[in-house]
Amino acid sequence: MKLKETPQNIEEILGNYPQKLRSDLIPILQDVQELQGYISQDAIKQISGYLDLPTSKIFGVATFYNQFRLNPPGRHLVQVCRGTACHVKGSAKLLESLERELGIKAAQTTKDRRYTIEVVACMGACSIAPVICVDGNYHGRLDVKDLPAILEQYE
Amino acid sequence: MGVNTEYKNHIKALLENNTTFSRSADKPVIFVGAGTCGLACGAASSEEAIKSALESNGIDAEIIDVGCVGYCEVEPIVDVKLPGKPRVTFFQVDNSQAKQIVETYIKNGSLEGLNVLAQYKDETAEPIEGVEEINQITFFKKQMKIVLENCGVINPTSLEEYISRGGFKSFARLLKEYTPERVIDDVLKSGLRGRGGGGFPTGKKWQFAAVQKNPHKYVICNADEGDPGAFMDRSVLEGDPYRVIEGMMTAGFAIGADAGYVYIRAEYPLAIAHLEEAMDKLEQAGLLGDNILDTDFSFKLKIKKGAGAFVCGEETALIASIEGKRGMPRYRPPYPAVSGLWGYPTIINNVETYANIPSIFRMGAENFAKIGTAGSKGTKVFALSGNIKNNGLVEVPMGITLREIIFDIAGGIAKEKKYKAVQIGGPSGGCIPEQHLDISIDYESLKQVGAMMGSGGLVVMDEDACMVDVARYFMDFIQKESCGKCIPCREGTKRLLEILTRITTSAKFMSEMERLERFGGIVYMNRLAQSIKDTALCGLGQTAANPVLSTLKYFKDEYEEHIYNNRCPAGLCSGMTDYKIIAEKCRGCGLCKIKCPNNAIVGERKHVHYIIADRCIGCGACHVACKFDAVEQVKEGVASEN
Ligand SMILES: Cc1cc2nc3c(=O)[nH]c(=O)nc-3n(C[C@H](O)[C@H](O)[C@H](O)COP(=O)(O)O)c2cc1C
Ligand code: FES
Repeated sequence: MKLKETPQNIEEILGNYPQKLRSDLIPILQDVQELQGYISQDAIKQISGYLDLPTSKIFGVATFYNQFRLNPPGRHLVQVCRGTACHVKGSAKLLESLERELGIKAAQTTKDRRYTIEVVACMGACSIAPVICVDGNYHGRLDVKDLPAILEQYE
Repeated sequence: MGVNTEYKNHIKALLENNTTFSRSADKPVIFVGAGTCGLACGAASSEEAIKSALESNGIDAEIIDVGCVGYCEVEPIVDVKLPGKPRVTFFQVDNSQAKQIVETYIKNGSLEGLNVLAQYKDETAEPIEGVEEINQITFFKKQMKIVLENCGVINPTSLEEYISRGGFKSFARLLKEYTPERVIDDVLKSGLRGRGGGGFPTGKKWQFAAVQKNPHKYVICNADEGDPGAFMDRSVLEGDPYRVIEGMMTAGFAIGADAGYVYIRAEYPLAIAHLEEAMDKLEQAGLLGDNILDTDFSFKLKIKKGAGAFVCGEETALIASIEGKRGMPRYRPPYPAVSGLWGYPTIINNVETYANIPSIFRMGAENFAKIGTAGSKGTKVFALSGNIKNNGLVEVPMGITLREIIFDIAGGIAKEKKYKAVQIGGPSGGCIPEQHLDISIDYESLKQVGAMMGSGGLVVMDEDACMVDVARYFMDFIQKESCGKCIPCREGTKRLLEILTRITTSAKFMSEMERLERFGGIVYMNRLAQSIKDTALCGLGQTAANPVLSTLKYFKDEYEEHIYNNRCPAGLCSGMTDYKIIAEKCRGCGLCKIKCPNNAIVGERKHVHYIIADRCIGCGACHVACKFDAVEQVKEGVASEN
């Protein structure tokens, strides 16, 4: 396995793209999000200066793709799969109930910053649908009644 | 990275059959199914359990992480190959089972009480009595593995092992002996058609790009796999990445390209990691980069991670995305084969399409063309999910029937329910009812019944599914994923979603005007769907209405039930379900009353509570809240409101 050094700040990320190409934009945004958990306004300005692209273009790209978040997420990221297999097994009710339980909607963060709900389309774990994924841990074959206990595990 | 001479010579010797690859024959080898699906089922913790059991028993063994064999229903799956014995597959290996496997089988050679699924055929070992051969068990019997032949069997990142299974050998030969024209000719002869959805003949596409006079051309692998409910490409890349790369290199040689990209979803970290490792080893072996195998052919490969937009699976949008722009499709022609990435001739094929290429050259184009039907050759990989007994990944010859896949391979509908429909082709496909289950799986037949091959997601629905809800689900997906460039798709899908949302919402709390619109919408739906189909810019919009049209065609009665009787026969559509409290079970704790968002529940503490039907919005919050299962869905006989 290749051991790549994880960049510690935005300057280091930008330094990894010495050619300053337009096609580097999405990889840079991906690296920034990995570093910060989201894409901050400052980061957009820095990238804009580096690639010599208007901030509006960068904002345009960042908002087009579902992957990019423009607000910092909470401590725990709860991803609810809304793919077809999960839908057929009742993921709509799961999401509804999760939203009600936490008092927020998808793509929002609770006031205490404990949870962020995110909706994703298919995590490739369709065989154990319906699936939610909290901080990278999969929880499959779920029923709405299982949710409170799962949420409790994440302080 | 660059070439590592020692490694290069080692690989070269393997390719020329001067040496062979073999695994240590004197100690146990343990294969853990560690694809994303396996890991989601707990394969990592089973592996830990195996390791610690080996350690405490003082056993020296080799542990290898393999991809997914496809039988996801019974994961985690672990195989054990003891010296002198065939490879044995165990299913549902949780931590305690893992420990038992080590102590009972590896240490003492007994299979007593273990979850034994099957054994592999092995020329060098006596079969174990009483254990079925893996190809004979129901799930695998009707399958035909070409693309998936190595998935879940070999160490996905070992170049040596891939070569030992025939990998890169025919490629090495064609690089030295074939002309690019002959390669294309063979692909044409094989009859291979694109597996990414459209079914365009692969050889033709390569021909278009090959005749372009341009010193610079590109080969792109489409691994965006945005179709929700499909995970074939992920499994292939996780379980056998070299195969896809070999296919891409063959394409590069055929069209005269010197560089390639794999555009892969960022949601597939394991597939990306395996690809990176494979590319790294190929570079060291001199099989990627300049002057491959000391010929004039040079080919460089890069990975581009997608950023989560369904439309980026469309080829022109994908190109825009690689270029760092918003992934919006453009009008074709010019086709990418003429003007693609940065204006250079580019071919784009799906993962599975490339994965077929090495097999075509290994078995010969004529033999490949013998598999399948007149117009659709070879096999197709399907991801089976939904309400069936055996979820998983299967590869079947073209021409098999849907009934065989669903009822033989997948074991039929789970929980003894009745079959209702199968959704094939994802958001661009359609739902196929019982009466068409016997059509053969090929590109043309599927189109005839209003569906399409698509990329290979098969989601099976039982009698409890609501087909209007399914149509609404897909429209919701498409409407969110529409890139917004052309009006028919941007506005049209939104209107269609509105109409479907009204149908699937109870009219109980609607004003007269809204009720009128609810009816009006239905009248328009067919016409609107048709005009989106006729006028949208790219495939996303052109096929967006398919789920609606196909459900409308086969399940009209369900639409009518929703519209005229305000009732969801499946009891799924929120607001069209009534709930009632079972007096005997209610303890009067009042939790439901607190959770009800519309104050529809009344009752005193410690006394039975009641739901006021007129107030109830049918959200089901009480049902979830109740700790005593006292709130129940009323499925039949909901009072008609209209
Ligand atoms: C909206 C949309 C999404 C698509 N998504 C994918 C995809 O996820 N994977 C894929 O291989 N092809 C996808 N395609 C098809 C590609 O545009 C293209 O036809 C395909 O990659 C060609 O490869 P093939 O000839 O090997 O099938 C999509 C098409 C459209 C219109
Ligand atoms: S549909 Fe949810 S994991 Fe695939």
